[in-house]
Amino acid sequence: MTAAPAAAEAVARTHREEWARVVAGLARRFGDLDLAEEMAAEAFATAVERWPADGIPPNPGAWITTTAHRRAIDRLRRESRRDAKQQEAFMMHDDSPPDPVGAVDDDRLRLVFTCCHPALSMEARVALTLRIVGGLTVPEIAHAFLVQETTMGQRISRAKAKIKAAHIPFRVPEHTDLPARVGGVLAVLYLIFNEGYLASGEGSDPIRRDLTGEAIRLTRLVRELLPDDSAERGEATGLLALMLLTEARTAARVSRDGELVRLDEQDRGAWDRTLIAEGLALVRERVDAVRAGRARAGRYELLAAINAVHVRAPHARDTDWSQIVALYGQLERIDPSPIVTLNKAIAISEFDSPQVALALVDTLAGSLDEYHAFHATRAELLRLVGRSADAHAAYDRAIELAGNTAESSHLIRRRGQLATPPRSPQKEEAS
Amino acid sequence: MARYLLSVMGRQEYTEFYGYASADEMREAMAATEAFNERLADAGVLVFVDGLEEASTATVVDARGDEPLFSDGPFIEAKEGLNGLWIIDVPDLDAALKIASEASHVCRERIEVRPFA
Repeated sequence: MTAAPAAAEAVARTHREEWARVVAGLARRFGDLDLAEEMAAEAFATAVERWPADGIPPNPGAWITTTAHRRAIDRLRRESRRDAKQQEAFMMHDDSPPDPVGAVDDDRLRLVFTCCHPALSMEARVALTLRIVGGLTVPEIAHAFLVQETTMGQRISRAKAKIKAAHIPFRVPEHTDLPARVGGVLAVLYLIFNEGYLASGEGSDPIRRDLTGEAIRLTRLVRELLPDDSAERGEATGLLALMLLTEARTAARVSRDGELVRLDEQDRGAWDRTLIAEGLALVRERVDAVRAGRARAGRYELLAAINAVHVRAPHARDTDWSQIVALYGQLERIDPSPIVTLNKAIAISEFDSPQVALALVDTLAGSLDEYHAFHATRAELLRLVGRSADAHAAYDRAIELAGNTAESSHLIRRRGQLATPPRSPQKEEAS
Repeated sequence: MARYLLSVMGRQEYTEFYGYASADEMREAMAATEAFNERLADAGVLVFVDGLEEASTATVVDARGDEPLFSDGPFIEAKEGLNGLWIIDVPDLDAALKIASEASHVCRERIEVRPFA
């Protein structure tokens, strides 16, 4: 192997493994997130230039940290912003060695809490977390969320400016605030995952593994950083399990023609068994904790448990629907929402009858009329009870509202397969 | 330490009982607010606190030109706006948000938290 590819590989690996640690260390030391991010980026850019010629340093992470710290100090000197704080920064930290690895883990957690602070808008939290903790570039994030690079750049700059001006603290929240704040962090990660799992926007890839992969990586990180046996870590475990069991089905979820494939029609042989094994082990860990009275079942782990029932069934017909109905019932009790009830109705249709499910779904019309999945579910149930004309209208509405290309294709095909297409018969070819 | 302006946002047109629905409600909120203010002062974080008269009592002054111009009314005509304020001095935004949450609860209005430069 020549030096250049090996060096490029080393830079990429170091970036993946060390980015958050480097930014977190700089942020703590200089109290400036903007400076931390820029200097970390510069240090990696320097590595790209230097490592192919000079060779890969024995400790790449430490090399990046030292380089970034030197850059930061140079920058502060050059700008000679002589306020007391930065003067102090020179004196205290000039040429000091990088932190030992263990000590900065806590800094990464601080970084996550800062980026997911409730005083920031949800879209700012998502963007900032991907940039500052995940190390994705602004163009990458802009592409993932289908906004212009300048727009995304401004969103991130504005969020950083607010953090600085409003003194959003760089620390782990107080004990009493921790459950709510961890909940907020997990919500951001789940949103990133879901955007990747069912990407919105015309002409976009229906599944963005860059986003789902990043969400999983960050959730792993947050989980590892939270204290063992804490309720917060339990929640993170539940979310990680949910993501893994969902991600495991990716290859089977979209057909070669770019159409979404329903769970019962998926090729289960194409599911990723490694991810499933890991996800199931995490679900078991949570179930054991709840059974032993050490924890209460949370939202994410109940969703993970539902997914676990699905992946355990060798064929769709083997699915234990009674257990799924029961799990949705539990979810309704701790986190009631029309969407949870909608999903329970799907399980009821299998376990009981489509008539019973349809009656339940119809009670949700008031709150879910703008939600594509409501109309898609209703369409399927109407089809099952033989009300083709009503089903057709429901598919129309679902297609109108669906933002995901693979999902629309699926709905169009389902609509095309109805017994008696009424009104203007739009015959899309069913594959 | 950082200073924050906590703005009490509510109806610009006061009812008989300021913003409150009844005399009782007004008395309760004021008593609770006063007790809260004392706690802030004791904790050493209170810089200033007071309520404002109705927005319609405001006068706008413009002396950017040679002669000062006076005009009646608030600077921005709106249904809702500033009715009172706290200025606090605390370590960071988390501390400010905690105090603002209590403030909103005792005075029964929404609070805008904004840092001083």
